Amino acid sequence: MNIELRFFASVREALGMSMESASVPDWVVTLGDVRAWLCQRGGIWADALAETRPLRMACDQEMSDAATRITPGCEVAFFPPVTGG
Amino acid sequence: MFLGALQMRVKVQAEDFDLGAEVAALRIGHPEVGAVAAFVGAVRDLNDGSTVQSLELEHYPGMTERALEAIVVRAAARWELAGVTVIHRYGTLLPTDQIVLVAVASAHRGNAFAACEFIMDYLKTEAPFWKKEGIESGSRWVDARESDAQARARWHDGKTEPAG
Repeated sequence: MNIELRFFASVREALGMSMESASVPDWVVTLGDVRAWLCQRGGIWADALAETRPLRMACDQEMSDAATRITPGCEVAFFPPVTGG
Repeated sequence: MFLGALQMRVKVQAEDFDLGAEVAALRIGHPEVGAVAAFVGAVRDLNDGSTVQSLELEHYPGMTERALEAIVVRAAARWELAGVTVIHRYGTLLPTDQIVLVAVASAHRGNAFAACEFIMDYLKTEAPFWKKEGIESGSRWVDARESDAQARARWHDGKTEPAG
């Protein structure tokens, strides 16, 4: 399945990119799976997206969680806790 | 739900805003408005013991507007409101610059005060903005505060809901 990835703030800086079009394997069906799959790349990916980090995630621009299921072409974003206002 | 009568304006912009003009816009043509509560957030010159020289505000275009609108809709479902304006800036800001405006118009002050605070508390924890401070030794991302999560959580306990 093809999905669109978005990274913001400290995650974007750590990865050195703000977006990527990715083709995920069949076992990747939730946002948590996407995160685990990206961590498998190792290096900066495993560090920036590590389970121990309190990252938040969005699917199609709605705040979501690890159990949210992905759909073809969906936009999946990873970012740190927000600090606006 | 009182959404039918709600005048909602949500803007995410680099430019500054004019508090007086925004409050006036909420009142013009709305003689039923007896109260406007407005909050303005500004860049402080000191944070966590360091002198702040600049503030870089990043956001998630598209999601930011949707998240802010969803917060306003939630407030309007809880209190009877005539109008809500939310303006949040992004880009490079300097100490004393305005960052955010939340202005709420209603018939009586109770709803305006409560909804204004509710919207700010939700904005702090739900709207995808991130601050990076420029300080003397370089720059650093601002960490989310536990107190902000607590401020939001208190709206769930039912005790702070105003009468009427």
